[in-house]
Amino acid sequence: MIDYLLNHYNYWIVIFLMMVGFYTVISRGNLIKKIAGLSIFQVSVFLLYISIGNVTGGTVPIVTEGATVYSNPLPHVLILTAIVVGVATTALGLALIVRINEAYGSIEEADIHDQDKSL
Amino acid sequence: MKHNLILRVVTKLLIPVIVLFALYVQFHGDYGPGGGFQAGVIFSVTFILYALIYGLDTAQRVMPMGVLRALASLGVLIYAGTGVAALLKGGNYLDYGVLAASPVAGQHLGILVIELGVGITVSSVMLLIFFTFAGRGRA
Amino acid sequence: MIDALIDITLLAFLAITAIAIMRTRNLFAVIMLFGIFSFLTAGLFVVMDAADVAFTEAAVGAGISTVLMLGTLAITKEHNEQLPAHRPWLPLLVVSVTGAALVYGTLDIPAFGDPQAPSHLHVAPRYIEQSLSETGVPNMVTAVLASYRGFDTLGEVTVIFTAGIGVLLIIGGQVQRKRRKGNKK
Repeated sequence: MIDYLLNHYNYWIVIFLMMVGFYTVISRGNLIKKIAGLSIFQVSVFLLYISIGNVTGGTVPIVTEGATVYSNPLPHVLILTAIVVGVATTALGLALIVRINEAYGSIEEADIHDQDKSL
Repeated sequence: MKHNLILRVVTKLLIPVIVLFALYVQFHGDYGPGGGFQAGVIFSVTFILYALIYGLDTAQRVMPMGVLRALASLGVLIYAGTGVAALLKGGNYLDYGVLAASPVAGQHLGILVIELGVGITVSSVMLLIFFTFAGRGRA
Repeated sequence: MIDALIDITLLAFLAITAIAIMRTRNLFAVIMLFGIFSFLTAGLFVVMDAADVAFTEAAVGAGISTVLMLGTLAITKEHNEQLPAHRPWLPLLVVSVTGAALVYGTLDIPAFGDPQAPSHLHVAPRYIEQSLSETGVPNMVTAVLASYRGFDTLGEVTVIFTAGIGVLLIIGGQVQRKRRKGNKK
């Protein structure tokens, strides 16, 4: 039982982080907080993949003398690409927030909806 | 920030060290952790630091936006151009084995060149985005 | 053993930081906590033997992301988040149902770090054994990224380039005069 808990602890904490990020996106009205929640969600997905690629007793996937077991390098490649794409979309989202602020004067979702409805 | 003597002196001492570290990470990405993405971000941090300490106008005189746009396109061009060079030499697109005398040497050369392209694009785009955000806040 | 201990501690800190990000209302504090979150993740990646990924996460997540969020905060000048207007029962329900479904999905996943897990048995051994002799590059991650999966990296560079163009298009021009009069707070 305790073995099972230790083996799956990583995955359950990652799912918890995913849900915290998801909750921040759907329940908070401030746009910057939504972007932060989305980033938490993305990072937790990266943690999930790297956890799957980990090998106990392995080492960094760089060929060195005296190392026999290496961690799986394929998830690392995938996550490297994903991190950079994530920062690209975050930058675009923040640029949109700046424009929304200039058009509506606020970055709270409730204010923006009110201004749209009162047109 | 312009009146803080300690910050200015330390920045002047640190910027060459950071540039050296960025170049090290770029070209030793084959033998240790590193590569184009990390090196590009670290290289752009030098200019961001310079802009924070000495002001956005001075930083934009050192590295104008037009140069940044050209560099960003240059990086993608280098990457895609390596693929076309492999095509012209008789192999498939992005088949580095035909670029040099032996397949292994060709692979090594191809990896070096495309990581350079990646590093150039990443550093100029990160800097471009930072300058755009900072310039908008000033308006 | 010590690896597992560090792993458990860092993950617990990550969970606490994520809850703090969700509950804090001062936006400057939220962004600083996000920087801490990124650094803890980079530490966790090092413990899990992913050196390249840790490097990139520390540089990009804790560096560039935090700087851009601070820049946005400086432009919008908003200091505190408003209190949410309605009770969060529906979001809590959605999140609980999704979380329960995901946990159900992980019940028969292989143990953390198991060398006989299916993800290590099919394609990975070929790359681990032959990447040095085929490409001459000791770093397996660079070899796979730049040579075996070179098309993906070309797409990634194009995505970054497109993001730069996008930001230039969205906020690179002159600031427009406000089109709605009298609506500023």
